[in-house]
Amino acid sequence: MLHGLIPEASSFAGNIDWLIFLVLVLVGFWFILAEGVFFWLIFRFRNRPGHTGQYLTGKEKHVKRWINIPHALVLVCDVIIVIAAVRVWYVVKMDLPPADYTVRVTGQQWAWVFQQPGADGQLDTSDDIFTTDSLHVEVNKTYQFLLESRDVIHDFSVPVFRLKQDAVPGRTITGWFRPTETGTFDVQCAKLCGIGHGVMEGSVVVEDPAQHTAWVAKNTPMGAQ
Amino acid sequence: MQKPIATTRSATGIPTGRLAVWWVLASEIVIFGGLLASYVMHRIGHPEWAVAASHTNTWIGATNTFVLLTSSFTAVLAHQAAEHGDGRTAAKYLFMTIGGACTFILIKSLEWTHEIREGFVIQANGFWSFYYTAAGLHALHVIAGAIVMAFVARDAMKGRELHRVELVGIYWHFVDVIWIFLFPLLYIAK
Amino acid sequence: MAHASATEAHAHEHATHEHHGPQGILKYIWSTDHKVIAMQYLFTGMFMAMVGGFMAYVFRMQLAFPGKSVPLFGYVSPGEYNALITGHGSIMIFWVAMPVLIAAFGNFLIPLMVGADDMVFPRINRLSYQVFLLSVLVILSSLFVKGGGFGGAWTSYPPLSANADYNLTPLGSSMWLVAVALEFVAFLLGGINFITTLMNSRAPGMKAYDIPMVPWMIVIASILFMLSVGPLIAGAIMLFFDQNLGTGFFDPTRGGDPVLWQHLFWFFGHPEVYVVLLPAVGIVIDVVATFARKKLFGYKTLLYTAVATGVLSFFVWAHHQFIAGIDPRMANIFTVTTLLISVPIAEMCFVIIATLYGGDIRLKVPMLWALAFVGEFLIGGVTGIFLGASGADAYLHETYFVLAHFHYTFFPIAIIGTFAGFTYWFPKMFGRMMNETLGKIHFWGTIIPFNFIFIPLFVLGLDGQQRRIYNFQNFPELQHLQPVRILATISLVVMLFFQLFFFWNVIQSWWKGPKAPRNPWKSNTLEWTTESPPPHGNWPADEMPKVYRGPYEYNHPDREEDYWPQNLPA
Repeated sequence: MLHGLIPEASSFAGNIDWLIFLVLVLVGFWFILAEGVFFWLIFRFRNRPGHTGQYLTGKEKHVKRWINIPHALVLVCDVIIVIAAVRVWYVVKMDLPPADYTVRVTGQQWAWVFQQPGADGQLDTSDDIFTTDSLHVEVNKTYQFLLESRDVIHDFSVPVFRLKQDAVPGRTITGWFRPTETGTFDVQCAKLCGIGHGVMEGSVVVEDPAQHTAWVAKNTPMGAQ
Repeated sequence: MQKPIATTRSATGIPTGRLAVWWVLASEIVIFGGLLASYVMHRIGHPEWAVAASHTNTWIGATNTFVLLTSSFTAVLAHQAAEHGDGRTAAKYLFMTIGGACTFILIKSLEWTHEIREGFVIQANGFWSFYYTAAGLHALHVIAGAIVMAFVARDAMKGRELHRVELVGIYWHFVDVIWIFLFPLLYIAK
Repeated sequence: MAHASATEAHAHEHATHEHHGPQGILKYIWSTDHKVIAMQYLFTGMFMAMVGGFMAYVFRMQLAFPGKSVPLFGYVSPGEYNALITGHGSIMIFWVAMPVLIAAFGNFLIPLMVGADDMVFPRINRLSYQVFLLSVLVILSSLFVKGGGFGGAWTSYPPLSANADYNLTPLGSSMWLVAVALEFVAFLLGGINFITTLMNSRAPGMKAYDIPMVPWMIVIASILFMLSVGPLIAGAIMLFFDQNLGTGFFDPTRGGDPVLWQHLFWFFGHPEVYVVLLPAVGIVIDVVATFARKKLFGYKTLLYTAVATGVLSFFVWAHHQFIAGIDPRMANIFTVTTLLISVPIAEMCFVIIATLYGGDIRLKVPMLWALAFVGEFLIGGVTGIFLGASGADAYLHETYFVLAHFHYTFFPIAIIGTFAGFTYWFPKMFGRMMNETLGKIHFWGTIIPFNFIFIPLFVLGLDGQQRRIYNFQNFPELQHLQPVRILATISLVVMLFFQLFFFWNVIQSWWKGPKAPRNPWKSNTLEWTTESPPPHGNWPADEMPKVYRGPYEYNHPDREEDYWPQNLPA
């Protein structure tokens, strides 16, 4: 449903979109019902000649039922949503599938710095590629990212991946994603980080295997191979 | 100012002044609670703070604890006197409590001066930051309490507003209780 | 001030509430009368609403027409943008919603509705306003100091807020913090009065369940505030020291933890939203009961759900921090508690809607506002579910979806609820009736544009637009949404225009509106038994009301009239 507005470009984007859709259906039902009853009651019991109000104490069983039953049903809906949410949360934030590659993402005032493996495919070796603002990844490969900050709290968000994680100075936070579509996609910083918060735009460039290998070869530092 | 009728009513049966003091205390407990909970969480995560903590002087802390406990005792005696309508005696005991407060502050000033001279300033490390903040906030409450107590004592000497002796006493016990928590956290946990 | 010494003179004074206080203009500045203090809070709050509304106008103009000079302001730099959104959020919550809903309505109504002549501690009451006024002066002047106003959002996360090298507003940051702390002190002081007056100063015969919803809700809110603000006060002291003394409570390079601030902030921040919600719900309930001519459907249910909401609100705070770097397993716990809290709130809405059943509904202006509260707040409530579900929040956090959600809760609370209360009690407060036609124009001119501001923002959020960014044209994927942003901004301008009808109505009604009778709405509660406006002391000292029944006995079968005031003997 959300993919009508914004592409689903990662393996778990669909999970999140599905959860949002589930919530939409469940709360949408209650919302329309409540608003419908609400407006109908205003119309039905509006003041007009010959009409008087009733004296209802709220203890009448047949009226109380109208509260207690919806109450119980809302609780059931909440339980369904909780279960669904926990499952999606597990996939996105608790699970850490084995990575094909690891990258380091560092937020700072006001840019993103990416450290990616060079031709040797290993992070933290002498042939690593450092880029500012754009991260090059290969489609259908699983990436783990190590997220850090040099100064204040930033947030690495890639909407098309449905990915978002705060970057907290003094910590390294691990996450993962698996791009499923090629293209160039926005990175937005999603935590106010000073006057340059709005100019910290970055991009994730998802490439097919051939393009990506070529890019890595071209950008691997000289003499480090 | 004329006291409103509202002040004289008591639908709950509890005197209004006492109700008010308990509510004030409730909000204060959460303030100190938040501060001390933050301290404890940090302390657990930073075992190396024990090194800094070893430099606090447990004897001075214990002395101050004794001073505060004694001052709480004199506050109780003041309340007892007030209950019997004896404003002058109540005032006498309140002034003793204030004396305890001043002693506490004096000892603390000497203690802090010494520690600052040794280089243990508030910015030195996390432990000292919490130490001065928590004890400092407490000391502010001691000073404020002593000032309010002086006003209550002045009125009590004239036989007026004797119910306030109990109220300021309740506040004073609270200040004492906060210290009872601070003492082990700052002086004994090493 | 004269001190009466003879008992006779004292009794006479007592019987007529003769006031030997300050005279003339000083009477209004130095008064301890709860009604005067209420007006002070009300007008200060309304002034601040204009400041906050102006800020919204400026930053929304920047968003709709980036880089263009905004009429009545000029060009908006990124730093100014941040100061504007920070100021807007902080002002609307701390200097509009709280003073108007709690301090203004609470001060005016609680003594009147419980049948007392004033609050229990009038001088502490006056002190609370003075501290509040000081906080207003500090926050407003913070916008004009060197370096500019604080721009770290109303949430003020360190290290940005703690370190002037990062935020570039050294003075503004500290002044913001001091202003907020002073505001907290003012409301702690005020709360003492609300709570003790409700508990102790009730009219003879007024049992706990005879108290109308407005005083109950304001008192529960005050208790909630007092119990939740403590950790943030501690945190504010720590942040102030970080800013000015070089401590490192929240500095990871010094062994501190930035996330600690977030916990301290939100432990208060979440209960805070119910601190402002409950008084608004109280106002809506009293208005609905009066204009539906209907006994409240579930008085005790409402009370218990309000308390339940308050208690539960202490256990949901980390839903603001799902992706803040907390242990992901904690997120699951907070999803459960957050969704649980939707139940008592839904219950409250159901009870209000159920009260309409069997009613005799008159759509006067206050009732329009009260009903609009229910209709609009429902949107806010259901959209909260998306955010409470951790898996969805992983995407929606910090997007415009959040913004739209909380405006669909806060706007009904702070604006719709306020207008419901203001138009309802205006006759009592000012002794005049407001104009219904102007009121209706103002109502529709506010509600319709309001939806056209914020529904688009849900769309923007789902589209992946993040918050607190001053120009979305920097982002290729968001550029095509510019028409949506422009729609929201134009709707805001239209809505602000229609507020002129409100001001016109207030001024002309106050000046030459028809004189208000004691009880124009034929309501049951005690404030309507005295003059409009009430005199000092509210009732003659020997005619203080006694209470014989609950506050919502409308259309009682034993009565010919469709209402039964609380103070009429059986």
